Amino acid sequence: MITALILIPLFGVVMLYLANPRNPRRIAFVTNAVSAFYALMLWQKFDVDLAKVQLIERHTWIPSIGAEYALGADGLSLLLVFLVTILFPFAFAANRMNRGFYALMLVMQSALYGVFTAQNFILFFLFYEMSLIPSFLLIKLYGGKKRDYAAVKFFLYTFLGSVAMLLGFLGIYFARSTFDFAQLVDLAKTGPLVTGRFAWFVFAGIFLGFAVKVPLFPFHTWLPDAYETAPTGVAMVLTGALSKMGVYGFIRLLVPLFPNEFRILQPWLLALVVVSILIGALVAWAQTDLKRMVAYLSINHLGYCLLGLFAIASARSTMAKIDMHAALSGVFLQIFNHGITAAALFYFVGLLEQRRGARGLNDFGGLMQRAPVLCAWMSVAMFSSLGLPGLNGFIGEFLIFKASFAVAASFTAVAVLGLLFTAVTFMRAMKSLFSGPPNPATNAIVDLRAGEKFVLVPVTLLMFVVGLNPQIVLKVFNSTVVALAAVFA
Amino acid sequence: MTLSILLMVSSALFCIGLLAALSRRHAIFILIGIEMMLAAANINFIAFWRYNAQPQPTGVIVAIFAIAIAAAEAAVGLALIIAIYRHYRTTNVDQLDRLKG
Amino acid sequence: MNAANVWLIPFAPLIASLSILLLGKSRRAIASAPAIAGQVIALTMSIFAFARTLRAPGYREVHNFVWFNFGDQSMQLGWMIDPLAAAMLLMITFVGLCIFVFSIGYMADDKHFTRFFAYLSFFSAAMLGVVIANSLLLLFICWELVGLASYLLIGFWIERPSAAAAARKAFITTRIGDMGFFLGILLLYHKSDTLLFYDNGHGCLENAGLLLLGASATAIALLIFCGAVGKSGQFPLHVWLPDAMEGPTPVSALIHAATMVAAGVFLVARLYPIFSAGAINGVTTSLTIVVWIGVITGLIAALIAVAQFDIKRILAYSTVSQLGLMMVSLGVGGVTAGMLHLLAHGFFKALLFLGAGSVIHGAHHEQDIRGMGGLRGAMPITFATYAAGMMALSGVPLVFCGAWTKEEILHAAWRWPVSHVPFYLVMLGVVLTALYMTRQMIYVFDGKRGPAAHESPRVMTTPLIVLAACTVVLSVFLTPAWPWLDHYLLGERAHVDLWKIFDQTILISLLLVGAGIGLGVFFYREALRGRRQDPFQTAQPALFRFLANRMWLDELYDYTVIRAARMLSRIADWLDRYFWDGLVRLVGLLGQLFGIITKTADERGINSGVDETTVGARGLGRVVSSAHSGQIQTYLGAIGLGMLALLLLYAWLA
Repeated sequence: MITALILIPLFGVVMLYLANPRNPRRIAFVTNAVSAFYALMLWQKFDVDLAKVQLIERHTWIPSIGAEYALGADGLSLLLVFLVTILFPFAFAANRMNRGFYALMLVMQSALYGVFTAQNFILFFLFYEMSLIPSFLLIKLYGGKKRDYAAVKFFLYTFLGSVAMLLGFLGIYFARSTFDFAQLVDLAKTGPLVTGRFAWFVFAGIFLGFAVKVPLFPFHTWLPDAYETAPTGVAMVLTGALSKMGVYGFIRLLVPLFPNEFRILQPWLLALVVVSILIGALVAWAQTDLKRMVAYLSINHLGYCLLGLFAIASARSTMAKIDMHAALSGVFLQIFNHGITAAALFYFVGLLEQRRGARGLNDFGGLMQRAPVLCAWMSVAMFSSLGLPGLNGFIGEFLIFKASFAVAASFTAVAVLGLLFTAVTFMRAMKSLFSGPPNPATNAIVDLRAGEKFVLVPVTLLMFVVGLNPQIVLKVFNSTVVALAAVFA
Repeated sequence: MTLSILLMVSSALFCIGLLAALSRRHAIFILIGIEMMLAAANINFIAFWRYNAQPQPTGVIVAIFAIAIAAAEAAVGLALIIAIYRHYRTTNVDQLDRLKG
Repeated sequence: MNAANVWLIPFAPLIASLSILLLGKSRRAIASAPAIAGQVIALTMSIFAFARTLRAPGYREVHNFVWFNFGDQSMQLGWMIDPLAAAMLLMITFVGLCIFVFSIGYMADDKHFTRFFAYLSFFSAAMLGVVIANSLLLLFICWELVGLASYLLIGFWIERPSAAAAARKAFITTRIGDMGFFLGILLLYHKSDTLLFYDNGHGCLENAGLLLLGASATAIALLIFCGAVGKSGQFPLHVWLPDAMEGPTPVSALIHAATMVAAGVFLVARLYPIFSAGAINGVTTSLTIVVWIGVITGLIAALIAVAQFDIKRILAYSTVSQLGLMMVSLGVGGVTAGMLHLLAHGFFKALLFLGAGSVIHGAHHEQDIRGMGGLRGAMPITFATYAAGMMALSGVPLVFCGAWTKEEILHAAWRWPVSHVPFYLVMLGVVLTALYMTRQMIYVFDGKRGPAAHESPRVMTTPLIVLAACTVVLSVFLTPAWPWLDHYLLGERAHVDLWKIFDQTILISLLLVGAGIGLGVFFYREALRGRRQDPFQTAQPALFRFLANRMWLDELYDYTVIRAARMLSRIADWLDRYFWDGLVRLVGLLGQLFGIITKTADERGINSGVDETTVGARGLGRVVSSAHSGQIQTYLGAIGLGMLALLLLYAWLA
C-alpha cells in the first residue's frame, strides 16, 4: 500500500525523462496530484480511532543484519505524509525550473514518504540519506550566491550527523540485535537498551544526528546559509518537511529509547532548547535579508517543538496525563503548522524577490500602496508565524507551553520571550516592507497575479481553518497521542 | 710442423686482423680484418682436429661451417657498406656514429 | 438571547467586516452599510441579552462547549451573559454605533474608506468577544485580535511613517504585557486544570477552583495584570497610548478611549475572585499593587496632560489617567465603582474624542490647540456637546454621569484600610483633570476667532448630540439616591433614598472640581486673550518642558530597554555569524590541518622517494649511454680489452 505512495514520485521522475516535455512542471504537478489522491485513499483506509501502527507491509530483506522492509503508518506518520503532500505542489508553484530540478524534488518527495513510514531503522536510514543527496544537489546546482559553500556545509553537517546516528544504532544492534522500531521501543520499556558508558556514546550519536537535522543550537549554523542560497521551492521543502525528519526522529526513536539519559540531562537540554528559541528570534531580528530572517525564525519555531518533547522526555514519570497529551498534541500541531506557515513565508519572500530582484529589508517600502493584496496575504502568514490566536500557529504553541510550564516553569518563562521577539521581528519587517512612502525602486512591482492567488488561497484558508477549528488536524493523531503517551509514561 | 707453430701462426693472424679492425677507418678494411680473425679461428679448429688423438670430424665440419658463414657475412657486410656509402657518401666509420647513445 | 447563542452578537460585525472586504474598493458608497447594519444588529441583540439579565439579581448564564480534543483530554470554551458582560455589551455596541455613524462623515474623503469600516467592524467583533468570553483562553484570543485590530487601525494611514511606527509600538508594547498574561494563563491552567470561568462549580472563578489555586493566586493575578497594564496603558507600559493617536480620530474614540483600553479594567473586574482570593479585610498583595500602579498612572498622566498641545494627545493622557483611576477603584475594593466609571467613561470620552474629531475636521486637520481658538461661534453644536463631555470628565456634580462614578471611587478609596495616600492623590488627580480640561476648552473654543472653521455635517453632529444626552441620562441610574446600575452589577436590588444625594463628599467633590475649573479659568483665560505663551510655560519653563516631553519616559525606554534588546540581538547575530560558526569552522580547520600534515607526509616522504629513484635511474642511464659513442671500433676495442681481461683473469686463476 504505502510502497505505492513512495513509488509514485519516482514514477514521475521516469515520466519526466521518458516524455521529455516542454513544460516539466506540469508533469510534476500531475505526479503530485496522483500522490495526493493516493494519500487521501490511505486516509480512507486508515482508522484514526485505532492507536496502533496500521497499513503495515513487511517483507524480509537482508535477514543477516536484521534489515527488514517494513512500512506502516500511525497518526503522526499520516500527518507528515499529508504535510509532504501539501508542501510539494506548493513548492513547485514557487519556481519555474528545468527538468532536473523537478526530478530531484520528486526523488526527495519519495524519500520523505519513506522516512515517515519506515518501521525499521535500516530502511529509515536508507530513506533518510536518500533525501540528503537530492537536497545537496538542489542547493549546489540551483542555488544562488555562495551555493557551493552552502551546499558543502549542509552536506557535511547532515552527513556527519547521519554517520553518528548510524554508529549509535549499530551500537544498539550489537547489544540487542534488532533494528525494528516496535521491538526496540518494547525493549526500552523493560530496561536500558545499552548499559554503562557505552550508552552515552550511543545516545550522543543519535542525538547529534537528529539535532543537526532539526536544527538545535549550536548545530544550526548550516541552516541560514543553506536556506538563504536555496531556491525558494527548495527552501520551502527544507524547512517545511526536511527539518521535520529530525523532530520525527526525536519522537519516534530518541525519546522512547533513552529515558534515563533525558532525565539526567534535563536542565542542559532545556537550556539548549531555550537558547535555541531565543537565538532564533533575536538573530532574526538583526537580519536585513528576508530569507535569512525567515530561516532563523524556523530555528525559533522548531525550538518550540523540541521544548515540548524535552519536557516530556525529561519528566515522563512525574508528568500529569493532561500535560503529556498537551505536549504531544502541541508538538504534532506545531510540526504541521510550522510546515505550512514557514513554507508560505518563503513563498512570499520568493515572490518579492522575483518582483524586485532583491530581498533586503530596506529594498522595499510603501509596498502596501503598490501591492495591497500581496501585503495583506503576506501579513496573514506573518501573523500566523508570530502566533496570533485565530490563526494556526497559536494552538500548538499554547499546548506546548502549557505542558512545559508544568515541568519547567522558569525555562518556559524565558522561552515565552521568544514569542515577543518573533513579534518584534515581524513588526519591524512589516514596517519596513509595507509602510511609509513608496520606494521608487519598487515602482514596477505588481500585485498578486491570478495564478499566485490560486496557489495561496488554499494555503491561507488552511491557516484560518486550523486556527479556528484545530480539531480537523487533531483528530488525525489523537489516538496516536494517547498511545505514545502510554509508551512514554 | 707442430701444433704450437700452427697456433702461433693463427695467433699472429688474429692479432693482425684485430689491429686492422681497430685501426683502419675504412669499413672495407675493417671487414677484411674481421675476415682475417675468422681465418685465424679456422686455423685453430683445423689444427686441433689434425693433432687430436681420437679422430672425429667435428673440427673440419665447424671450420667448413665457419667459412660458409664468413662468406655470407662478407656478402652481407659488403652490401651494407655499399648501402651505407650510398646513403652517407662515406665509408669512414668515424663519421658513422648514428647509434650513439 | 440566551447564552447558547450570545455568540451571534460578535458574529454580526464579523460577518459585516468580511462582507465589506469581499465587496472591495469599488463599492465605496455602500461600504459603510454592512458595518452599520452589523452594529445595529449587535446592539439589538445586546439589548435582548441585557433584558435577560434583568430577570433576577446577579443573573448568570453560561454555555460551554468542547473546542477541540488533544489526546483524550479536551479544551473547552464558553460564553456567558451576566450583568458585567451585558452592561459592557450595551456600552460597546451603542458607543460603537455612534462612532460608526460619525465615521461616515469623518472618513468621507478617505481613499481607503471601505477598508476602514472593515477593520472597525472586525474590532467591534473582537471586542464583543472579549466581553462575552467565559474562558480565559477565549478571552485571550479575542484580546489578541483586539490588539491586531488596534494595530491595523493605528497604522491605517500606512503611508505615514509615524503612523506605522506608532502601530508597531502599540503592538509590541501591549504584547510585552500579554506575555505576562500568557504566563498567567499557563499557571492558572496548570493549577486549576480548567480555563473556564464558570462551569457548574468547577470553573476557575468558583470556590472549588479558587481553592485549587492556593498561594499561587497572587502570582497568577499579577501575571494576568501584566496584560491589563499593557492593554490599558498603565505605567510603565502606557507609552504606546498617546502615540496611538496617529490613527484616525474615530479609532481613537472607539478603541483608545471607550472600549479596548478599558478591556484591562474589565479583565481585572472579571477575574476579581482571583485577585481577591485569600483577602484579609479586602486587601491582597495583588490588589495593593493594582492600586499603586493605578495611582502612579493616574497622576503621571494627569500631570503630563497639562503640558500637551495636541488636542488628541491631551485626551489620550486623560484616558490613561482615568484608566488609572479605575484601577485604583478596583484595587481598593470598589469593583462596581470602577466598572461604572468604565461605562460612563466610555460614553463621555467617546464624546470628547468625536468632538475633537469634529473640531479637527472643521479646522482643516489642525490638531495643535494653539492654532485654534474662538471656535465656539463657528461650531456651536460641537462646542455644546464638547462642554458636556468636559464637564462629565471633570466630574461636575448632579447631572453628569462622570461625577457620580468619581464620587464612588473616592468613597472606595477612603475606605481602603491600607493607606489614605491613594485617596489624596486621586483628589489631586480630580483637580488636575478639571484644570487641563478647562485649559483645553479655553484654548479651543474661547478667545478671538482663530482660523476659518465650519460646523461639521449632520452625520457627525448627531452622534455627538446622542452621546452628550447619554452622559446626562446615564447619571439617573448612577445617583446614590437610586444606585440602580451599581446594584445591578453587584447583583442586588436598588432602593430609592433621595437623601443620599446630599452626601458630605458631594461637597468635597464640588470643591475639587470648582478649584480645578476656577484655577483653569484664572490661569488661562486672561493669558490667552492676547494669544501669548502658555502661562504655565512662562511660569515654570523647566517643569513644563519635563512634562511636555512626557517626562522623557520614551527616551528613557529608547536608551535602556530598547537599546539593550537591540544590542542583544546584534550580539546574538554576531555570535552566530562568527563565534558559533567559527567554532564549527575551527573543528573543520583541525580536520584541514590534519589533511595538510598527511599531504605533506605524502608529498615529502612517499612521493619524493619514488621520484628520487627515477631521477637516479635516469642519471645513471645518461652516464652509461655516454659510453655508446656510436664508434664501432670503440666497441670492438672494448670487446678486445674485455677478452684480454678475461684472458688475464683466466691466467691468474689458473
